[in-house]
Amino acid sequence: MTLAKLLTGAALAAGLAGGAFAASHSEPVKAGFIYVGPIGDGGWTHEHNIGRLAVEEEFGDAVETVYQESVPEGADAERAITQMALQGADIIFTTSFGYMDPTINVAEKFPDVKFEHATGYKTADNVAIYSARFYEGRAIQGHIAGKMTKTNKIGYIASFPIPEVIRGINSAYIHAKKVNPDVEFSVVWAFTWFDPAKEADAATALIEQGADVILQHTDSTAPQAAAAEAGNVITFGQASDMSEYAPMPRVSSIIDNWAPYYIDRVKAVMDGTWETKDTWDGIGPGMVGIGEISDAVPAEVKAEALALKDAIAAGDYHPFTGPINKQDGSVWLAEGETADDGTLLGMDFYVEGLTGEIPN
Amino acid sequence: MDLSSINPVVLIASLMVASTPILLAALGEMVVEKSGVLNLGVEGMMIVGAICGFAIAVETGSPTMGFVAAALGSALLSMIFAVLTQLFLSNQVATGLALTLFGLGLSSLLGQGYVGIKPPSTPKMDLGPLSDLPVLGRILFSHDLVVYFSLALVLAVWAFLKFTRAGLILRAVGESHDAAHALGYKVVAIRFAAIGFGGACAGLGGAYLSLVRVPQWTEGMTAGAGWIALAIVVFASWRAGRILLGAYLFGGVTVLQLNLQAAGAAIPVEYLSMSPYLITILVLVIMSSSRGRASLAAPASLGRSFHASS
Repeated sequence: MTLAKLLTGAALAAGLAGGAFAASHSEPVKAGFIYVGPIGDGGWTHEHNIGRLAVEEEFGDAVETVYQESVPEGADAERAITQMALQGADIIFTTSFGYMDPTINVAEKFPDVKFEHATGYKTADNVAIYSARFYEGRAIQGHIAGKMTKTNKIGYIASFPIPEVIRGINSAYIHAKKVNPDVEFSVVWAFTWFDPAKEADAATALIEQGADVILQHTDSTAPQAAAAEAGNVITFGQASDMSEYAPMPRVSSIIDNWAPYYIDRVKAVMDGTWETKDTWDGIGPGMVGIGEISDAVPAEVKAEALALKDAIAAGDYHPFTGPINKQDGSVWLAEGETADDGTLLGMDFYVEGLTGEIPN
Repeated sequence: MDLSSINPVVLIASLMVASTPILLAALGEMVVEKSGVLNLGVEGMMIVGAICGFAIAVETGSPTMGFVAAALGSALLSMIFAVLTQLFLSNQVATGLALTLFGLGLSSLLGQGYVGIKPPSTPKMDLGPLSDLPVLGRILFSHDLVVYFSLALVLAVWAFLKFTRAGLILRAVGESHDAAHALGYKVVAIRFAAIGFGGACAGLGGAYLSLVRVPQWTEGMTAGAGWIALAIVVFASWRAGRILLGAYLFGGVTVLQLNLQAAGAAIPVEYLSMSPYLITILVLVIMSSSRGRASLAAPASLGRSFHASS
């Protein structure tokens, strides 16, 4: 719990006390957010919080938002979500994969509260899911990485072995390999979303072993700082633009843009039109943004990357287009075939060429 | 698997960097516990040290000033704990936990303006020709001052507790505060000093994180390092030497397992990931068990409030 949370709690208590007197008036819709890291992580949680602020901005007094930071994934999440539901939240966004089962469990107990779970795959009458097609952005990162690496070694800091992370690794690898057949990926599993010291250590280990491109799927900017310290290493902003590290080491980024979705869903609760659904948007609808490609990237590589982005946005190109084999050499996608969403959502295998095993 | 890509010399040098924050925090906490006080606020003091050090280093451009400010800032924070537990006799466990929560909140408030700023880099010690020695030069003679300071501090704390009169008094206060009081020692004053020292050490450890190891400020960046430090104090059975061993084992295995992963070692990642915790606990527990009961040297008055009734 942080000071911000304490203040939120105090404000909440005051709000509850006030609410008891004014119960008959039209009460504001209360939207709750459960965050996996601190809102100042500079990455994943930071962007979700920007989405929350956008909701406040849009609806003003008609909405009240509450949030809780650094909620551990697993059993304790259930307590945090339950508490938020008991405090009268009308809609609760749980913003990390590990909140999936806790969200479903709490949703059973509060049928009148709407739940929105990010990046998961379980739905219910009052649980909707939403995610972004980050793998589209990973394709562009892979392209730039494959073109820019001089050592042909690309380091990848992965968090947990879940489909979303594995999709990112595969997508980046396929597109790096496409432009640079000699490229090799070293994947380090950090088993955390947020631990700046460990993320920096992982980046340093990869750099010491010859990687000159670092891709990250963890939430803090620590790998950027480690790369800046090492020099001559390029990185990509993850979840947030991380532009404070541009033009080097950060040469581009994937930006999560949750605000339109959050506004849309809170509006649906106000109008009484909320229904469970499964949203999975990418670059085209704007849920995934590509941060400015810096001058450290040669002009022709930048042009290719932007062309790739446009093709994906327009739907002309799918990052998982055959021929693609699985790691064991068996055929996954035939020539010209594209991956279906079902397989992508449950992806638990590496594509051919990646080394190492995915932890269970 | 290509283990040849791991350079053992670079590895050892970086594990020393990774271990230093925990070493400093654990060492400070050990002195606090030796005086009979259980301060669970290490995490909070570390993160306040991290932001104080970072902010002052950025404002003055001097990392040295940053480290000094970190030590002072966290020592100041620990005084809140000292006043509450020693003067107002509040529960030490609850107060310590509250200190952690308070520290986390305070640091994110103080750190609002410092996100995404690069701190001035902490210079490596220039030891002339020594640093150019092959292998040894990189491992032993090319670190920043804080690494050497932390090692010297281990030695100093060990010598202080074992050989000096003041150290004996501190231990006496921790073993039996009533007896120490009866002998005329100022139990509360001694504990204040110990708590302040613990706070300063935790602050230095936190500043080492934000100024050297990462180096940047991120909210909540200690991410549990303070709790690891607390655990190491217990598993090291309140001995300075073993704290050094425990901290270096934990930091070392953490860095080693990341390197093994990066090199593609054929060991399942799950095992690598849990190895720092497992190995540190195993080694320290085995060392303690072989010495019999005497080695389980928890100070007898640990966590008990002292009130001079007569």
